[in-house]
Amino acid sequence: MTDGARAATRTGPPPREAETHCPYCALQCGMVLRDDGGGGIEVRPREFPTNRGGLCQKGWTAAELLDHPDRLTTPLVRDPSGELRPADWDVALDRIATGLRTVRRDHGRDAVAVFGGGGLTNEKAYALGKFARVALRTRHIDYNGRWCMSSAAAAGLRAFGVDRGLPFPLTDLGRTETLLLVGANPAETMPPLMRHLADQQARGGRLIVVDPRLTATARQADLHLQPLPGTDLAVANALLHIALTEGLVDREYVAARTEGFDAVRRTVAGYWPAEVERLSGVPVADLEETARALGTAGSAVILTARGAEQHAKGVDTVSAYVNLALALGLPGRPYSGYGCLTGQGNGQGGREHGQKADQLPGYRKIDDPAARAHVAAVWGVDPAELPGPGVPAYQLLDSLGTPGGPRALLVFGSNPVVSAPRAARVESRLRGLDLLVVADFLRSETAELADVVLPVAQWAEEDGTMTNLEGRVLRRRALREPPPGVRTDLAVLAALAARLDDPAPGGAAGPTGGEPTSSGPAGMPDGTAPTGGDPAGVADGTVPARFPTDPRVVFAELRRASAGGVADYAGVTWDRIESSDGVFWPCPDPEGPDTPRLFADTFPTPSGRARFHPVQHRPAAEEVCADYPLHFTTGRVLAQYQSGTQTRRVAALRRAAPRGFVELHPDLAARLGVAEGDEVRVASRRGELLAPARLSPTIRPDTVFAPFHWPGAARANSVTNDAVDPVSGMPEFKICAVRVERA
Amino acid sequence: MTGRIVIVGYGMAGSRLATELHARNGDRKVTVLGAEPHRAYNRIMLSTLLAGKIDEPDVELAEVAGQGTDVRTGVAAEAVDRAARTVRTTDGERIDYDHLVLATGSRAVVPPLPGLDPAALPARVAVFRTLADCRRILAAARTARTALVLGGGLLGLEAARGLAARGLTVTVVHPHPHLMERQLDPAAGAVLADTLAGLGVTSRLGVPATGLAADADRVRLHLADGTHLDADLLVLSCGVRPDTGLAAAAGLAVDRGVLVDDRLRTGDEAISAIGDCARPAGGPTGLVAPAWAQARVVARLLTGEDDTARYRPRPVVTRLKAAGIDLAAMGDPTGGPGEELTFADPARGTYARLRIDDDRLTGAILLGDNPSVGTVVQLFDRGGPVPTDRRALLLGRSLGVAPATPAASPALMPDAATVCQCNDVDKGTLVRCWRAGARTVDEVVAATRAGTGCGGCRQAVGGIVDWLSEVDSVGTTR
Repeated sequence: MTDGARAATRTGPPPREAETHCPYCALQCGMVLRDDGGGGIEVRPREFPTNRGGLCQKGWTAAELLDHPDRLTTPLVRDPSGELRPADWDVALDRIATGLRTVRRDHGRDAVAVFGGGGLTNEKAYALGKFARVALRTRHIDYNGRWCMSSAAAAGLRAFGVDRGLPFPLTDLGRTETLLLVGANPAETMPPLMRHLADQQARGGRLIVVDPRLTATARQADLHLQPLPGTDLAVANALLHIALTEGLVDREYVAARTEGFDAVRRTVAGYWPAEVERLSGVPVADLEETARALGTAGSAVILTARGAEQHAKGVDTVSAYVNLALALGLPGRPYSGYGCLTGQGNGQGGREHGQKADQLPGYRKIDDPAARAHVAAVWGVDPAELPGPGVPAYQLLDSLGTPGGPRALLVFGSNPVVSAPRAARVESRLRGLDLLVVADFLRSETAELADVVLPVAQWAEEDGTMTNLEGRVLRRRALREPPPGVRTDLAVLAALAARLDDPAPGGAAGPTGGEPTSSGPAGMPDGTAPTGGDPAGVADGTVPARFPTDPRVVFAELRRASAGGVADYAGVTWDRIESSDGVFWPCPDPEGPDTPRLFADTFPTPSGRARFHPVQHRPAAEEVCADYPLHFTTGRVLAQYQSGTQTRRVAALRRAAPRGFVELHPDLAARLGVAEGDEVRVASRRGELLAPARLSPTIRPDTVFAPFHWPGAARANSVTNDAVDPVSGMPEFKICAVRVERA
Repeated sequence: MTGRIVIVGYGMAGSRLATELHARNGDRKVTVLGAEPHRAYNRIMLSTLLAGKIDEPDVELAEVAGQGTDVRTGVAAEAVDRAARTVRTTDGERIDYDHLVLATGSRAVVPPLPGLDPAALPARVAVFRTLADCRRILAAARTARTALVLGGGLLGLEAARGLAARGLTVTVVHPHPHLMERQLDPAAGAVLADTLAGLGVTSRLGVPATGLAADADRVRLHLADGTHLDADLLVLSCGVRPDTGLAAAAGLAVDRGVLVDDRLRTGDEAISAIGDCARPAGGPTGLVAPAWAQARVVARLLTGEDDTARYRPRPVVTRLKAAGIDLAAMGDPTGGPGEELTFADPARGTYARLRIDDDRLTGAILLGDNPSVGTVVQLFDRGGPVPTDRRALLLGRSLGVAPATPAASPALMPDAATVCQCNDVDKGTLVRCWRAGARTVDEVVAATRAGTGCGGCRQAVGGIVDWLSEVDSVGTTR
């Protein structure tokens, strides 16, 4: 790979400015990147409906990683002595292809697995899913979004027939009368969202926050409910119980637009407030006030986030809040409804187009014959050749290298060594693989274990689309090309597919076109696609590659693959996105409207009605006991993102949040003989973490908290429980039993 | 061995056991006999039904059917033949069982008053226990303007509150000098009586009833002090008695409840008892939560899910929560070793008394607006250590944490104080920015990024800029 080859993908000079979106969370704040010509890149926030000109420190500093000294610019291959050493792309790709072939030959196709990420663009997520099913023909693909959105997704699907984080624009939050946030801390996780909440409160609305910690968000609230971790479901059932006893249920709506209420009504009859007070610690008066604030308002929104969802009963917990929203007649009403706050940048799009073990593009079920036929036709393969459903993320990682489990793993855009539950076990599973390949732009903790590390492009170096927390499809725009030696993920997939005897008719090199995008390396013998304004890639007479490297071409194929699915992108074009602040799916027709608000008239269920699901509280998978007497919960801090691979390398963010910590109540600290800053050990049945104590009266005295952004001794996920939700596969990150002592 | 299970009683305990068994797969035949003619309902919600806030269907409990579960309503058990392991029903059928669970509940006590025949209550007199009782009261209440409630315990007060909510003028007659004397001290009782008075419920305390005269439209209750009270309706709330007739007739040991061990097993290994009719160690509670816990233990034992499952009684928390009333009582805060905390604001109906022994909460009465009630209940329930600052137990969140807004005057803020969390900007940085020449909020924001995240600190940044310009102008004029 040479600079010359790379330059060949370009026709004009690179753009000096790019209107794009932040690389981090699902708020996808609008920003402008400007190359000052002297090597410096300036980030400016821009007015966009979600961030309204705001940016948090992560966004402001996002460009610092583009030319960071730690940036990977050459493939790394582990040598016989065990060291990762720089290597030529061909050597690296050959090593991978040989490894994959060997594993496939000896152990079968399902012995190769793929692990994706919720930060990948729609194009990359789609291509990765296709790569797994068509090039690898393995059923084993899943992604870290499983640990983010899966519980809300499953509950949304079973209630509404569709999973779109927010079924309405984010700006609706500013106009709702009562807003209930359950296990959400946007003041730290997506700060500019707070502008909408400030709007809401300025209009006289009420903000109620449910969180075991008095978070920065809870401090803004008119009312804060501080339940014991693991009792959110019971709180929701009690709220519905009160709504029933106070006559707040919207009987007309329930009769006209829902089904299954009777079973829920009888179930919540058993959740009288005094009993739930005893279980959760939330005073009856506060439960009543909350139910009334929701039930008597002209408009109300209920939002859940990871605090409610990352439990072994996460799906049922979300269902309990969905039940409440339905009983109050909220979904489909103006400035009302249920929604979840998606976490990762493309957590929404990432789960719609085939990264999930059981799904095909367009949010289709992989075991649905019609879905298989449609997608197989788009992919030009026999439906019978498509593998069946795989297993959810943790189950997949936990099976690696074990008898019958995958022996090779390709990781794109994820760092499970830090982010997986029971991380020490996952780390040992990764070490047991025959082949571990990681595509990343930094040496993540997972990359450190890899046999081959492939350096890939960053957000400012690629074009594509992202789908934000509202289901709004956005354009990510490249400011510049990737540095020499770096390829895009699409190019990596194309190259690997070619080496794996991809039988695609267009597997050979095609001409490259005039689209000034970062379409990765060209002139390669492996599937560079025709590009330009001809998404189908046939106008110039060439046959499209099975794994095109131009994201615009990939998106055109994604549109066709998603057409007719739940998440229908058929009518979404890049031009349309650019001319209208994004496009809300479903959008089946290029000439037709998109869908900012769902459910106004009907629900996409077979009956057109939303479905109630009776759900019961149950204890956490691991309850406190004499040996492990405290509840442990995890979360995020403002200045860090996910596993910290990126943000821990930004100087300003490192200053703001230099290392992990353990947050505990001063009363608890006093009993343990721990002072502020003392190193403490938090031990569970699965492992321990060591970090300095941070004393705060904002947490319950029976609960300790640690952020999960750090590796090594401070790794919170060394402690967490790998129990998973039976429906969604969501691990129980948010509660386990621990012992705390001075280290 | 437990292939055929018969549950006698379809109240809160019996229906819960049926649900618990149904949730556990297995090849079992479960027969439930319910003497009342309707499906299982939530007794706790009857006072809400009485208050007119909900309708009858709203009190129905989740019902199970199929998978070998057979619920027979309107059918009572008449006798148990332990040797033959059969139950004879009121419709003459004999049902074989491998295991029998008694969940017969309890009955309302009708006090021995001259003029009151328990077997034939006058039209305008009712006890308050079952859905049928509730219907009876509601029927009478439709044409009533005044009501008497005999008995100032928890259930009596709930009934009184419910009737008052329907617009009736209610008087509670209680033989003891203060209300809920088993749970409250005199001071709390007095505050509660005041609170009730504000809600339209008058209390006549320390006066036993001595007799009753009733016709089709009115009741007259004679009191020990020689006076009498007239009303359109009388609700008797004088306690309940475990319904143990069936068990006693079958020769099982009974002493204010069917005696059971911590497996809820009677002296007969093939017979268990749960709920109000049972008396495990620690005594009967008359509460639903223990009954449901017992149902769960029996279900786990009978299905073999967990042979070590045992019933552990939890300490009783009495909770009265109705519009305008918030009362929690637990343990005994009035005596014993340790510290005592009190707070009283009787004019606002607030009263708190707590007892702490060895850093553990051993008793509490909380009445009125006590924001700490959730914490107190959990500490009592779980035995957790109480806060070092005891005021947190009395004042809860109103004791609170420092507010989110920064110090009132920028002059008082230390330089290291963070003004903008989202962009990690401290006061010192803003001051340095000012010194470097930025003169407006927009300029300071542009240079420091303060206020560009959530936007919540814009006002604080403005305050600092204003303060700096004042300080500077003072400096200039000097």
